[in-house]
Amino acid sequence: MTDATMADMAASGGQELKTSDGRSLKAALKASQSVERRRAFLLVLPLLALLVASFIIPIGQLVTRSVYNPEVASYLPETSSALSGWNGEGVPDEEVFAALAADMVVGAENRTIGRVAARINREMPGTRSMIMGLSRSAEELQPPYREAFLADDEGWGEQALWRFLKRETRIITPAYYLIATDLEYNAEGEIVQRPENYQVYRTLFWRTAWMSLTITALCVLLGYPIAHLLATQPLRIANILMILVLLPFWTSLLVRTSSWIVLLQQQGVINDMLVWLGVVTDSGRLRMIYNKTGTIIAMTHILLPFMILPLYSVMKTIPPSYMRAARSLGATQTYAFTRVYLPLTIPGLAAGVLLVFILAIGYYITPALVGGDSGIFISNLIASNMQSSLANLKLGAALATILLVLVMLFYFVFNKLIGVDRLKFG
Amino acid sequence: MTAENASQSRGANVRYENVQKSYDGETLVVKDLNIDIKRGEFLTMLGPSGSGKTTCLMMLAGFEPATNGEIFLNNAPINDVPPHKRGIGMVFQNYALFPHMTVAENLAFPLQVRKMSKADQEAKVKRALEMVELPTMGGRRPAQLSGGQQQRVAVARALVFEPDLVLMDEPLGALDKQLREQMQFEIKHIHESLGVTVVYVTHDQTEALVMSDRVAVFNDGVIQQLSPPDTLYESPRNSFVAQFIGENNKLDGKVESIDADYCSVRLTDGTQLKAEKVNVSSVGDLTTLSLRPERVETSGLDGMENVVRGHIEELIYLGDHIRVRMNIAGNPDFVVKVRNRSGEQKLKEGQELDVGWRASDCKALDHVQ
Ligand SMILES: Nc1ncnc2c1ncn2[C@@H]1O[C@H](COP(=O)(O)OP(=O)(O)O)[C@@H](O)[C@H]1O
Ligand SMILES: [Mg+2]
Repeated sequence: MTDATMADMAASGGQELKTSDGRSLKAALKASQSVERRRAFLLVLPLLALLVASFIIPIGQLVTRSVYNPEVASYLPETSSALSGWNGEGVPDEEVFAALAADMVVGAENRTIGRVAARINREMPGTRSMIMGLSRSAEELQPPYREAFLADDEGWGEQALWRFLKRETRIITPAYYLIATDLEYNAEGEIVQRPENYQVYRTLFWRTAWMSLTITALCVLLGYPIAHLLATQPLRIANILMILVLLPFWTSLLVRTSSWIVLLQQQGVINDMLVWLGVVTDSGRLRMIYNKTGTIIAMTHILLPFMILPLYSVMKTIPPSYMRAARSLGATQTYAFTRVYLPLTIPGLAAGVLLVFILAIGYYITPALVGGDSGIFISNLIASNMQSSLANLKLGAALATILLVLVMLFYFVFNKLIGVDRLKFG
Repeated sequence: MTAENASQSRGANVRYENVQKSYDGETLVVKDLNIDIKRGEFLTMLGPSGSGKTTCLMMLAGFEPATNGEIFLNNAPINDVPPHKRGIGMVFQNYALFPHMTVAENLAFPLQVRKMSKADQEAKVKRALEMVELPTMGGRRPAQLSGGQQQRVAVARALVFEPDLVLMDEPLGALDKQLREQMQFEIKHIHESLGVTVVYVTHDQTEALVMSDRVAVFNDGVIQQLSPPDTLYESPRNSFVAQFIGENNKLDGKVESIDADYCSVRLTDGTQLKAEKVNVSSVGDLTTLSLRPERVETSGLDGMENVVRGHIEELIYLGDHIRVRMNIAGNPDFVVKVRNRSGEQKLKEGQELDVGWRASDCKALDHVQ
């Protein structure tokens, strides 16, 4: 910048500019644009509303539900406040039992006691009948309540039950997140690993992650050369190839997945061919479906276009002269590729990786159909939890929230490494 | 080029022998090309778009295989040598600077490929940047440079690894006129100081004339003429060259008689003219006469072989000269350049005027429509 322009800027910077009729220039500019801005806002308003209604609200609900735990706090209010004075050792004193008796009377009337019982029973199996049994005769209970409760059922004397109840007086609970990560509270109220045969979710999260990575890697390996071919062929051939790439989008996901069943099952086309060719024996037919292999094959196929399209759109903009320049400067084909071509395709490659990985990690239909037991994803468990009881719904919400956080974490790390603003999605 | 330069020249020589090229197996894009390019020469391939210039260059660089024939580099056949082993520097039309590397990294690229030490690389990159007068631009990305600066970097990159031969495919095509003229001069200057062989492609005839030792005029996959610029302008071998290089007046006629190097031609309107016999063989041939506008005189016509009376259609004032469009012998687009001298009679549109030219300035070439 020359000295003269610097001086100009300094002069104008010192004093606010005015329009010819004496208003501030900034205010005048704002006023002159306000109609435009209002119109633009009105145009996007429906979209904004849709976004809020279909996206932000449901996600908010999901997250809220995964931690919301109102049963004990709201339906046993007296007991909750009485328990706050209990030190957690032994069995609470009379005051707590009296409060519980009062809550039970109200609960039986309002028919809310059943929900409390269900919640407690979930963590402490067998307590439902104890609670329900007492609630039926709650009105007849006489002080001293503590003795009356214990006379009705020995179970009321368990320290673990009371500790649990005290924990449950919090309206927000991490309990579902603990289960979702294979943890739980023990009788002492400490967070511990769940018994080994109950541990499913961590394995499943881990499996979902590495299988999604494998699928993404396969999509890169297969998609990169295809995209390159598409980008370098004459237009006529490229168009035909492009139709082949897009064809899967025009067929139902269900049909595509089922056709893999036809191909891959043990009595399927590929096994028949292998047997016919003598590669495997009839009794040694390969298991390629209803396991991890099946999920990986089918999902790679389904997600491949999401890798090819962004790659293609980037490769198309790379003129062949770059590679030629590199070659003329002495680079071998490989060197020119790694130093020149590959770096230039990073925006498309990264976009493809982001798309495929995020789509894969939340995929549901394909693993459900071809995954068997060993090839299912976390989403399959989220779905099955969502479809059953209220408590499971909350667990499902917790699992879904964890998945959401993991995806956001991935996006964050990805952004730090690559820079999402550099990506080109197509 | 001076003799001193030639002696220290590191230029390569190039020979195309009967080279043919077809992309589709149906048409020949290059038809039987034979050129011998000398060490240190600046040779330009000039021709209209689609005439096969780029194809010739790409075959030399190794990016397109010759369909037939052989190309020799320093007398060794190179048809089977891959591009990266040819050691040929190349400047592309769009510069092809790697956008993800800085200018210095771009320049260091060919040196890294050659596994040169870091210190040597830096020294060479610095020297190359100084050569193209961009010593402080090493840290910038190509996108942060102006078109002219990118052009210089592209030239520097093609030269930094000291090749014997540099190819340039319309390197100045994207620049505005003023910058183009300046770069023509600079490239020429670099060529002279380094002594490398340059094969240069352009469709701009001025550029070709200004820069080249020799110019190969291409049309339709065939070299029409391969000559130094002055010969090309003053002695075009055929009508295409006459028409393509510089401004040219055409007059159609038929050869009436031939007398050694000259012939007598009767134009369609009956005018009889004398012309140098260049591209006609026998009496009765149809011919197109070619005549440069600045060789037509309006005064001192005594003793001129050809004097014709014409009608002034249009006058265009251009300062140092006046462009006079005349109707001569039935050709309404006959242009005469009249120098703007003091004391000359004022020309007027619609006026009748005698003009004349020497037979040696008027070439009888092959007939075109
Ligand atoms: N890669 C190619 N495939 C097919 N035809 C080509 C290719 N490159 C050039 N051509 C054709 O060859 C002819 C000569 O092209 P080119 O060598 O680029 O001419 P110029 O550089 O003189 O403009 C043109 O008709 C062009 O269409
Ligand atoms: Mg060209």
